[in-house]
Amino acid sequence: MTEFLDLGPHAGFILACYAITLATIAGLFVWLAADRKSLTASLAKLEADGVRRRSGAASSGERG
Amino acid sequence: MDLANPTRFMSFSGRLLPWLAGACVLAFAAGLYMTFFVAPDDYQQGATVKIMFLHVPAAWLAMMCYSIMAISALGTLVWKHPLADVSARAAAPIGAAFTFLSLVTGSLWGKPMWGTYWVWDARLTSVLVLFVMYLGLIALWRTMEDPIRAGKAAAVLTLVGAINLPIIKFSVDWWNTLHQPASVMRLDGPAIHPTILWPLLTMALAFTLLFLVMHLMAMRNEILRRRLRTLQLGAASARVASARPQAAE
Amino acid sequence: MSAADRPRGWVAALFSRELRLSLRSGGGALIGVLFFLAVVTVIPFGVGPDLNLLARIGPAVLWIGALLATLLGLDRLFQADRDDGSLDLLLMAGRPLEIVVLIKCLAHWAGTCLPLVAAAPVLAIFLNLEPLAIGAVTLTLALGTPALTLIGAVGAALTVSLRRGGLLLAVLVVPFSIPVLIFGVSAAGAAVSEPAPFMAPFLYLCAVTLITAVVGPFAAAAGLRFSAD
Repeated sequence: MTEFLDLGPHAGFILACYAITLATIAGLFVWLAADRKSLTASLAKLEADGVRRRSGAASSGERG
Repeated sequence: MDLANPTRFMSFSGRLLPWLAGACVLAFAAGLYMTFFVAPDDYQQGATVKIMFLHVPAAWLAMMCYSIMAISALGTLVWKHPLADVSARAAAPIGAAFTFLSLVTGSLWGKPMWGTYWVWDARLTSVLVLFVMYLGLIALWRTMEDPIRAGKAAAVLTLVGAINLPIIKFSVDWWNTLHQPASVMRLDGPAIHPTILWPLLTMALAFTLLFLVMHLMAMRNEILRRRLRTLQLGAASARVASARPQAAE
Repeated sequence: MSAADRPRGWVAALFSRELRLSLRSGGGALIGVLFFLAVVTVIPFGVGPDLNLLARIGPAVLWIGALLATLLGLDRLFQADRDDGSLDLLLMAGRPLEIVVLIKCLAHWAGTCLPLVAAAPVLAIFLNLEPLAIGAVTLTLALGTPALTLIGAVGAALTVSLRRGGLLLAVLVVPFSIPVLIFGVSAAGAAVSEPAPFMAPFLYLCAVTLITAVVGPFAAAAGLRFSAD
């Protein structure tokens, strides 16, 4: 990037800014995606559990 | 609004999200292209003016996010809109992240320009206070277990903050003029040249779209979290109810 | 019938109950003053025993010490009442909750902050303050600490349902106390450094106190109502 874009003497600061911004935004997206994944997974698990519990109440002990 | 129903909101936001994300990517492509290939270097600041295209939109989002939270707080307390509280809670971490970004990019801009990472300038200090308030709100939300009660408490605090922010800003301005007659930081020079202004506006648009995408995603997560909590509580009480006859036997 | 049924009777009754409770429970006023003394004692070890320096930063040290001591006592404002159930009685009593909160704040201030204000002149001597500066610090503390208590009441009301909300309460309250600190220290410091004006920050401090006297009780009452239902 620095070869064809002359960012002057303070290129480090500029690139650090863009890198930190990118990292923060990427971090937010990763957090949002991971949150959604874990939530949908536990929702699905609960729904599966709930169906089983309604038919036969034997498995109530296995979920903490 | 017919979006009061969380289920309808989920399907509507699910359809809206890809479009918003696409628009966001396009705006970022245009904004970054203009930033690096169209916008000229400032004759005083050189290439460091490119930091402005991140710093100003981040600072704009930091303030816009608090306004959204304040409106959501009104929605929680006055209109009792079921999604207002979800919106406020989803916005807080994103707002904190952008406030953090505006602080970091600001100090990385300040080091080559003024020779120091941090000055107790009125503007920087106010943003720091805003950052602390975001973190306090997040902490309040995380400490209280019941989301409804936490939402109401956070809404009260958000509104008190909205009343107090101008007072804090004023007092910090006053304090700053007392201690530092000549401000180091001047953004308001002559009118900004269009070759700088258009990239800046494009980046601001891109950041705003990014915020909307993330806010919608966080709101959807929050709705899922509440659904999960309701199901878990229901399952737990059903388990208690089914365990009781066995104990009586 | 009794004094509590006359319009001004319940106000006086509530005030004296709160004042007695805050003076007697948990070491009461003395603990706050001791903490204030501890903070002021520690400062010279941090910045060095230079008397000129201490005189210059003295008003700020006293203000920050008072702020910390006030923050420390805030979680008791509603917590004890919630624990023994009297908060529910206050909520159901049919009296305007905003007035109840205001009275509780005033009593709390008289029980915990007024001793701090009284101790400030003594501690100021340790910091080598001039008589004029001692007077200015005491006056600004007397007028500024009610604002700290009233802002703190909002945080205390919001965190009342948390078992260990003290630290969170401090984090929530500190940003809102910045204007009080700025104007209080500026007015008190005006007596130390000559060219600085005294009246302007002093009047701003009074204005902030009056604003918090309106905003604080309403927000705290709203917080208490939401935490109850």
